[in-house]
Amino acid sequence: MKNRQNVTIKGTKDGLVLHLDDSCSYEELKKELDQKLSANTQTQDERNLISVKVEIGNRYLTEAQQEELKELIRQKKNLVVDNIEANVITKEEANRLKAETEVVTVSRIIRSGQVLEVPGDLLLIGDVNPGGTVIAGGNIFIMGTLKGVAHAGYLGNDQAVIAASSMKPSQLRISDCIERTPESVQSVEKREMECAYIDDNRQIIIDRLQALIQLRPDLTRIEGGH
Amino acid sequence: MGEAIVITSGKGGVGKTTTSANIGTALALQGKKVCLVDTDIGLRNLDVVMGLENRIIYDLVDVVEKRCKIHQALVKDKRFDGLLYLLPAAQTVDKSAVQPEQMKELITELKQDYDYIIIDCPAGIEQGYKNAIAGADKAIVVTTPEVSAVRDADRIIGLLEKEKSMESPRLVVNRIRNHMMKSGDMLDLDEVTQHLSIELIGIVADDEEVIKASNHGEPIALNPNSKASIAYRNIARRILGESIPLQPLEEANKGVFTKLKKFFGVR
Ligand SMILES: Nc1ncnc2c1ncn2[C@@H]1O[C@H](COP(=O)(O)OP(=O)(O)OP(=O)(O)O)[C@@H](O)[C@H]1O
Ligand SMILES: [Mg+2]
Repeated sequence: MKNRQNVTIKGTKDGLVLHLDDSCSYEELKKELDQKLSANTQTQDERNLISVKVEIGNRYLTEAQQEELKELIRQKKNLVVDNIEANVITKEEANRLKAETEVVTVSRIIRSGQVLEVPGDLLLIGDVNPGGTVIAGGNIFIMGTLKGVAHAGYLGNDQAVIAASSMKPSQLRISDCIERTPESVQSVEKREMECAYIDDNRQIIIDRLQALIQLRPDLTRIEGGH
Repeated sequence: MGEAIVITSGKGGVGKTTTSANIGTALALQGKKVCLVDTDIGLRNLDVVMGLENRIIYDLVDVVEKRCKIHQALVKDKRFDGLLYLLPAAQTVDKSAVQPEQMKELITELKQDYDYIIIDCPAGIEQGYKNAIAGADKAIVVTTPEVSAVRDADRIIGLLEKEKSMESPRLVVNRIRNHMMKSGDMLDLDEVTQHLSIELIGIVADDEEVIKASNHGEPIALNPNSKASIAYRNIARRILGESIPLQPLEEANKGVFTKLKKFFGVR
């Protein structure tokens, strides 16, 4: 037990990996890390920073502790921490991750002045009236008429799409792209079964719903299928 | 135990006061005991439309601040045999003189003695609105077929739907002009009802007679022959639970001549 090393350094084809044992105490770990990195001072080109991946196994580190380790590593050598990888996350983070990938179904009308926000995908059974807003971390699917504002992928997901049975938005937003609907489109035409997405030129395009089958194959969630 | 219905709209001037006066009158005509409550503190109107202005002694704020008993402040409408009363708004103080809790208490008390409490709400969504809806069991939203009025109605409906103790609001579309709807210069009825998607409880034509009647302090519902009057009476009957199909514009039967004109497509 005494001889077991809490800190091991490995070179892999992807770069340097620092493995930190998860069964010792955090203080012990810090001490050993400090020693190991100091001992190992072979002169290297000081300006040439090497990025390392830090693996911490089943240990949970708080943000502050992660910062502390990064700082420690950064001070000792010309190493920069590329990322810290743990096998564990907090329940809170797990819930957030789950929420971000979940489809939330809402059955109601989003009226003027109302804002509906979901972390993941939104399936709205109802309309978004003018002056109403729906916001989603992921995709937005509206079974009714979209007459207000819809913002999909609001945390910066360019792949997000907006689909509506009737597409008469006052404004569409996907990620950080904004599209005001041209006056001409708004009332006259029947805009049925359409979708909006960001194309290669980072423009919001409105197309037939079926275009998504080619453009966003990842929308399919079910495994298998015939 | 009576039922309290607030008449609200968001936008000003769309006909809340007119609707309150006429629904109250029409309910009283049906033999119900009705109390009209004007919550538009500082801008009271309902007393004028009802022709009861001269008889006001105390007002809503006097009641709330316990300067008088409720029955002392109620103005009796002599045209009805003890069926119709008005609790007027105060004219001299501002809206913050009353709190929602006090309104709730007041309306609850009135519900003991009346079949229907019709509450005329001020425009807007602030304090006055909050006071007006505080004691209400149901709401009627008034709109006109104009984009801005419908937008505000939508906003109000959104707020009303959050009131857990209240039933889903019902809609009155007021001041409809048939020719403008037909020509597409006004939103048509389907557009309005689809957009707001709440139950439509009545439609009222834009009718000069309404304005004349209000100016004389005689709500139009008292006049049996105008189409607006029939529209208001039908709303009252629907409130009472009768199922009366919506007639396009609730038109009065003007006899054979009109029918013939219609037959030949003459307007
Ligand atoms: N159906 C109608 N036909 C013609 N005129 C009408 C009709 N309904 C209401 N009016 C007129 O519209 C004007 C505004 O009506 P009213 O005072 O009832 O609106 P309100 O919503 O109570 O206004 P406020 O927001 O100021 O309280 C009045 O002059 C009234 O006579
Ligand atoms: Mg009024």
